[in-house]
Formats: sequence, structure tokens, C-alpha cells
Amino acid sequence: MRLRRKRRLLRCLRRRRDLKAVDDNTANIKPNDILLMSVVRNEKIRLPYFLEYYRKLGINHFLFVDNDSDDGTREYLSSQPDVSLWWTDASYKRSTFGLDWSNYLLRRHAHKHWVLTVDPDEFFIYPFCDTRPISALTDWLDDTGVRSFGTMLIDMYPEGVIEDAPYHEGQNPFEIAPWFDAGNYMITRNPTYGNLWIQGGARARAFFQDKPSKAPALNKIPLVKWHRRYAYVSSTHALLPRGLNQVYEEQGGEKTSGALLHAKLIDTLGDKAREELRRQQHYGASGEYKAYASQLDDKPVFWNKWSEKYINWRQLEILGLMSKGNWA
Amino acid sequence: MNSLGVVMLVHTALDRVEQVARHWTASGCPVVIHVDRKVGDPDYSDFVAACADDPLILFSERHVCEWGGWGIVAASQSAAALMLERFEDVRHVYLSSGACLPLRPIADLIDYLADRPRVDFIESATTRDVSWTIGGLDLERFTLRFPFSWRKQRKLFDFHVRLQRTLGLRRTIPDGLVPHMGSQWWCLTRQTLSAILQDPKRKEYDRYFRHVWIPDESYFQTLARLYSTHIESRSLTLSKFDYQGRPHMFYDDHLQLLRRSDCFVARKVWHRAERLYQAFLTDQDSALTPAEPNPGKIDRVFSKAVERRVYGRDGLYMQSRFPRAANERSLTAFPYSVFQGFTELFEDFEPWLANATGARVHGHLFHPERAQFAGNETMINGALSDCAALRDYNPSAFLSNVIWNTRGERQCFQFGPSDTQKINEFLARDQNAQIAIISGAWAVPLFRSNLNFADIRCEAARLQQIESKQLRLLDAARAKARIHIWTMADFVESPIEPLQTILEDMGAPQPTHLTEPPTMIDLSGFGKFLQNLKNQGMHPYLMGDFPVNDVFGAQAKSFKKPYLVQ
Repeated sequence: MRLRRKRRLLRCLRRRRDLKAVDDNTANIKPNDILLMSVVRNEKIRLPYFLEYYRKLGINHFLFVDNDSDDGTREYLSSQPDVSLWWTDASYKRSTFGLDWSNYLLRRHAHKHWVLTVDPDEFFIYPFCDTRPISALTDWLDDTGVRSFGTMLIDMYPEGVIEDAPYHEGQNPFEIAPWFDAGNYMITRNPTYGNLWIQGGARARAFFQDKPSKAPALNKIPLVKWHRRYAYVSSTHALLPRGLNQVYEEQGGEKTSGALLHAKLIDTLGDKAREELRRQQHYGASGEYKAYASQLDDKPVFWNKWSEKYINWRQLEILGLMSKGNWA
Repeated sequence: MNSLGVVMLVHTALDRVEQVARHWTASGCPVVIHVDRKVGDPDYSDFVAACADDPLILFSERHVCEWGGWGIVAASQSAAALMLERFEDVRHVYLSSGACLPLRPIADLIDYLADRPRVDFIESATTRDVSWTIGGLDLERFTLRFPFSWRKQRKLFDFHVRLQRTLGLRRTIPDGLVPHMGSQWWCLTRQTLSAILQDPKRKEYDRYFRHVWIPDESYFQTLARLYSTHIESRSLTLSKFDYQGRPHMFYDDHLQLLRRSDCFVARKVWHRAERLYQAFLTDQDSALTPAEPNPGKIDRVFSKAVERRVYGRDGLYMQSRFPRAANERSLTAFPYSVFQGFTELFEDFEPWLANATGARVHGHLFHPERAQFAGNETMINGALSDCAALRDYNPSAFLSNVIWNTRGERQCFQFGPSDTQKINEFLARDQNAQIAIISGAWAVPLFRSNLNFADIRCEAARLQQIESKQLRLLDAARAKARIHIWTMADFVESPIEPLQTILEDMGAPQPTHLTEPPTMIDLSGFGKFLQNLKNQGMHPYLMGDFPVNDVFGAQAKSFKKPYLVQ
């Protein structure tokens, strides 16, 4: 495992040459600042709300990698005062799906900071997020000696056909896609890294009925008190050293955990799927996007009478999709 | 000048400390602040300079404070001594921390203490009577030595404790002391406090307590017992601890809870809880009637949090709760029933059961083609799909989801040897499962089928093999489920009694009177059918002994008449 971690770190050091700093404001990062790390490609339409949401939670500084966007993402991000931006046109796939880039930037800039690593369509929810800023959570985690915080990705979807509710820039995506599946998740333990492997939800139900083992993983560990020796090994599903993956209790209790609301299943998905299919740059030979593209032509509707409409974190906690643990 | 003096032990968030200290002095209470020596110099001197304009704020000699170490006691001693020496009017000294926040007007507290001039408020219990000890040490805190830090050198700490235990090393407790423990946040009278600080044997006591584990929870608690004339064994500071002995934090959203608690001081308050500091540090109206502190509601909130962290919700599997099977109280959220062989034997078993119990009765949830949800639904609560591939990908997740999603409503489902069998292990281990099996009943559909006899024979052999394997599994000593198994012959002979047992187990509305049993299938010829199987070289044994001449058949027919059981 140590070797594997070292290899990850070496890889990220090698790939650092891919990155060109466009706008480096990292000198403004103060010692206790909470950071956010994200790799984006053609996400201009999503970014304004994304930044607004996370600024409100209390993120102090954003680290972005722009993978050769051509929709104005780069210009938009470099005009933001609390954003540091790097640009690359190197292969997403060859950088282990962006992981090498973010591992490098985390190592370089996030050492001894709490840092949230999310995609631009993921929105972090934690207990009391409506009344306490994210620093309340990280202070409490520091106090209790916890270094990493686990979440589950929850696919959100609209009531009808995806294309029927268009998303416009700056909008809260959950205004048009507030629905989710509450109780069809499947969990196993991954012995290699000691993390949980969660599958299920709307995508598994609609796209992966015949091959459930291929359904996307929903377990994520996005919030970590970073140390330069750490490395993500497979998206944010798992990291090394392995102890960081122990975000779950095995003796019957509940640790504190959150959720990532996933705004993927909105009307930008169709274009995205077709583009990604063309680029062939995603995990598992873009198998996931293959499934989407072929099934999206049939205009699937995810909604059914058992879908839950998102209200707030307390609802998720009652449904058992996250937990306050002993944070009260 | 005032009769209440406040000692504050602080190490961080100094801006908040200043704010709170000025709140105390505004009501005339002198404050002595002890700043941890680990606080670096520019911070410390800036802080002292900021407080310099207030004559009621003093700073005491600094010590290094480690959790569970002697430093905290030394800090309290020197700060308290300074307080007694410099402010002669002070009658009560209140020990607080930098994260303490006064909840009620200071005048309320002053009046409260003035009404009780001789009372020492210090939580102090003998080691036998406390349940909050960390690390499983109670009396041994006083009889062993603890040179290593519990937080930073845990392995050395544990090893050293074990070593002393095996070698039988014991320290003697100084004469006249009876070890007591309690919350470190006290409020003592000048008389008691000065008696402790000026005790001729103080050097000896200090030397002893220096090597006691967590002396800040026992030094004053023990010595106060020597001198106090009236100990009220509780802390005036509201402080809740989690399961690891760490104090809970208070945030903005606790405002109403804290208001209603009527406690004088709360700890710990998050240093950026803007609304709390604003609400409690501005002038409030004094309570009209002097209220006693009443932290009951807060207690409940925090003890629920501890319970959730230690036990969690039964039958829930999620990103932060995934119990190892051996550590689980029950594998599912709610009791449920599994029936095997009943639909084969009774024509209308499912509607009858739903009617008799009010439960939701599913068909074969583990049918190879699809999960047969009640009402022929393709999906149930929680958007759980009937797709067989998804279900068989992780059968135990499927079943625990069914039970979790419908918690509060009793679920029943049919099972049999022609279903997917991977779930059996899980069923056997789950104490919420109530399993009722009529063994061999799978032969009835074959008996009534229109298949060629050779095919029937093959199928019968297959099903019998599967069921006997299942029965062996359920029979294992480690099975935790509630299991009833009848052979078909026994069951057919007197079906009422077992049915009654099942209904009682399920807590049906009228368990004592089974008025209308389900209709049994006509079994005439079944004995002959079994004999034919035997003649073909197959040995059907799971259904028990059926006579060839249909004695049972005649009886079975008679069940069609309505009857009553008294």
C-alpha cells in the first residue's frame, strides 16, 4: 500500500508539467482557510451557482483545473478573486481522470488545510449545513481527531423527461431536479482500500438493470484535512493511507456523515454524454457514458411515485442517507 | 466590588475571552485570567495590552496545560490564590474556561450565590459511583502512576498501566484523603478554597496529585471534602460530554435550548457562534422568579447523540454505518415474516394473511424472474425495483432495504426452494426474521401440474435437495431467527394450531380466536402421488409420512367446512 501511495505521488509529480498556471492567487490562502478542489471541462453554465453555493458554505479559496474548455470557463474563472486556476490540454484519461492533477495541487497548496474535492455537479450537504458554516464542521472534526469525512453521492432528477426542464446559468439545479431515490442502495466493503463501495440509486435502476456490477460507485470521501503524503487513488472514492477511508463505524454506531447531491441528470447530460463518448476519456472506456447516450435517446423518466422530493438535510438524515453521528 | 470572582483558564480564541471577561467585569465581578504558556508571545502580550484598561482583569502566573495533566490544577491554584489575595470582597470563586458563556444575567448568579453563602458547588463523587470514566480506570487513577500522555502516547500509557498491574505496584493515598471525582468546573467559597490553598500539607498533596491521572477532575473534588461545611455536588456550568469524554459544542442553533435551560454558564461554545455571543452578552432582563437550572432538554439532545454514535439505528446500512455481522444487534430494522409452503397448501393464503394481520403480504420476493411485491407493484417504497438482476447482485442489501423502507409496517413474504437461495444465510442470522416452513409442500404444485411424470420426478428431486440444504442451514445452532418447521404431514393433520402460533408471533389483532382459516387445497390422491415418486426410485421424505390410502385426503376435505376453535 505504501508503494501504491508512493506511485500515486510520483505520478502526480510527473504530471505537474501538464498544468499551466493561468491565475495563481494561492498566496492569499491563510493558515486556517478551507479550500475546494475541482477539475472542470466546459462547465461554464454550472459554475456561477457552484461558486455561489460553496462561498455561502464558507469555502475560502477555490483551486480549479481547466481541461481545455472552449465555452468561456477559463475566462469566467480567472476573473474570480478567490479562485486559482490552472489550464491543461493534456489527456484526462492519462492523468488518471484528472486525479494526478488534483493530487499534485492538493500536495502543493492544501497541506494542513481542510479541503473539499468535488466535481462541478456535486453539492455538499452535511448535518446542520443550514445553520452552521463548514468551519464549524471542520473545527469539530479537528477537536475529535477526525481527518476525513464520508458522504454518499445522491443522483437527483427532474419529474419528467430530462430535456423538458432546461437549466439556465446561475440557477439552483435542484429547482428543476429535486427528486431522488431514498432506499435502493447496495453496499459492500472493498478489502483493498478498506472503503465502502456503494452502488444503486436512480442511475443503477434505470441504466444498469442488466449489469449492476457496472453501476457507478456512490461512496465519496470529499472532505479531508490534507497532508502532503496523502493521495486520492480512485476519484474521491478512496485515498491512501487506508486509515482515511475508515469513515464508517463497524461496531453498530453511526459516524457523522454527509451527502453530495448530484446534479448530473439535467438537460446538459445529453450533450455531455455525446461529447464524452467522442473523446473516450472517461473511466472504463467511457462505458458509463455509452450507457447514457444509448438510453437517453429513449428519453427515460427517472421519476416514479416512490421518488422523494428533496427538502433539507434533516430529511436525508431521517431517511438514513446521512447521519449526525454524535455531533449535536 | 463584588462577592463573585471568576477565574478563566484559556488557551485559544482570545478575542472571545476578552469579550466574556468584560461581560463579567461590567457587572462588577473581578476576573483572573490564566493563559496557557503554549500561547506564543505576540498573541499573549497583545491580549494583555487589550485588557489593560480594565482594573478588574488580572493575569496570573502561566503554566503549560496538557489534557489530563497537572498543569491545569497548577493554573487553577495560582489564579485562585491571586483572586483571593487581590479582591478581598470575593466570597465565591467561579472556575471557568475560555469557551464558557454566561447564559443568564450575572446579577442572577450573584443573587443565587448570595442566598447560599456557605455552599460549595462542586461535583464530587467517590470513584465507586461514577460511570463516566475514560479508559476503564477509576480507583486506579489514584493508585497508579501516569507519566505518559493518554492522547499522545497511548501505547506507552496502556503498557505502563498493564505493567504496574502485573507487578502489583500501588501508590498509597495520603492519610485522610478519600478520592472523589467530578466535573472540573466548580464554584467554591473563600473559606473552602483558602483552606485548600493554605493547607500545611499542601506540598504533600500536590506531590501526590501530580501523578494522579486527570488531577483536574479530582484535586479540588477530593480536598473540598476535607474542609467544606456544605457541598452541593453539582456543577453550575452546563457541560455535556460525548462518548469519548470530550465536551459537546454549542452553536447558534442551540440558542433556544440554552435560553430555556436556565443554567448560569454553558461550555463549550464554538468561538464563532456569533448569535450566541451576541444574544447572551447583551443585557438581558433578570428572571422575574429565580429559577433553578434545568438542563433536562439539552441532556436529552446530547444523550440521543451519544446513543446514535454508539448504537446507531438498527438495520441501517449507509456510508457511515456498516456493522460487521457479528457486532450487529439485528440485521434489519423491523420484525418480518417468511412463509414457505403455505401458498402451496392453501388456495387463498396471501389475502387471508393480509386480512388476519393487517401486514403487507408480498409474493415470492426472491422469485427468479422478478420480486413479487404486494399488489403486483414493480417498485416499492424507497424506489426499490423488482428487477431480479439488481436484487441478486446484493440480496441482503435488497432485503434490508425492503424492511428499512417500510419500517413501522409489518412485511411478510413467501419463500420456497424454487426461489433464489442466496438470502438464506442472512435470514438465519437475523433475529427480526420469523420463518415458518411447511417442509415438502413444494410437492403439491407438482402433484397438481400437468407435466410428464419423468419431469416431475426430476423437479421433485431438485427441489427436495434445495430445501434440505436450506433446512440444515436454518437448523444450525447459530441461527438467531425465530424458526418454525413442520413437515407437511404433521401440518395437514392439525393446521389450526400452527397457524395460530404464527398469528400470535406476529402480534395479530385477535390472536386467541382463529375464526376463519384459509382454504386448503384438495389433497386426495397426494399419498398415491408420493408413492408413485417412490416407485420411480425417488425418495420424497421432507413431507413426512403420508399414508397411500388417502386417509388425510378425507380429512383434508373436511377442512372446507367452516369451524370454530374455542
